[in-house]
Amino acid sequence: MSPSLLTAEGLSGLLFLGFIAITLLGALIATHAERLIRSVAGLALCFLGVAGLYYYLGSPFVALMQLLIYVGAVCVTIIFAIMLAENAGSAKAATGKTFAAIFAVLCPGVLLAALVELAMKTDWSPVARATTAGGQAPAGSVADIGISLLTTNAVSFELISVVLLAAIVGSLVLARSGRTKS
Amino acid sequence: MNALQLSNELNTYLILGALLFAIGVYGMVRRRTFIGMLISAELVLSGASVNFMAFNHFQAPGPVTGQVFTLFIMAIAAAEAAIALSIIIAVYRNYRSIDADEVADLKG
Repeated sequence: MSPSLLTAEGLSGLLFLGFIAITLLGALIATHAERLIRSVAGLALCFLGVAGLYYYLGSPFVALMQLLIYVGAVCVTIIFAIMLAENAGSAKAATGKTFAAIFAVLCPGVLLAALVELAMKTDWSPVARATTAGGQAPAGSVADIGISLLTTNAVSFELISVVLLAAIVGSLVLARSGRTKS
Repeated sequence: MNALQLSNELNTYLILGALLFAIGVYGMVRRRTFIGMLISAELVLSGASVNFMAFNHFQAPGPVTGQVFTLFIMAIAAAEAAIALSIIIAVYRNYRSIDADEVADLKG
């Protein structure tokens, strides 16, 4: 059965198509824009679309984290680096040898064809989920994520914080070295 | 299959993840600046995250595994971006350029 456009399901499907379009458009802008600042804007657009997809996959928490971390932190950091490092004359396009252009299209094209073929050919029959007493699969809510982070994945959770600390200290050291004292 | 019901299909997400991955690889080959390559790497990572979330929703026996993995990917990606950008700043200080072709000197 196909829902009409004016029902709730139809509108939600339309919104989903919009998110897909935003994601792909953002990704294309991110790789094709001539100026780096525009390509960061495309990246933010793409992440916005991906956050919408996460919402459709039933996890608003991860969608919110996607917005906070990627759009709010990673993109802003990249913009800072561009403002520090891009010289005005570096807006030259990816001029290039024909061979490089062909290779750049061919290599991901083959990968994409293989992945799509794999996704279409495989029989994705649902795996039996651990069900609750009501016979319904657990929803994977924020509470479940929190419990899982503090029980099953506690060690990885702590290790991630160590990795982040090392990254902060390492990036400070790297960016500071060679700077003249003034 | 109706186009409005695509959000209930696993294949939609898998193909979208593959597209993000392919666009990211294309950008990584094509871009000439370090920051452009970093942006493409972020695209590849988000393609992988989409796959994890899709399998978490449609296939996985545990309901939170993919979500937790996606959160870890986000943390790693943030750390990676910070490190890569500080390296880019250090390179820019030495070469006055972030073009990958111009940074071609070896020490010695």
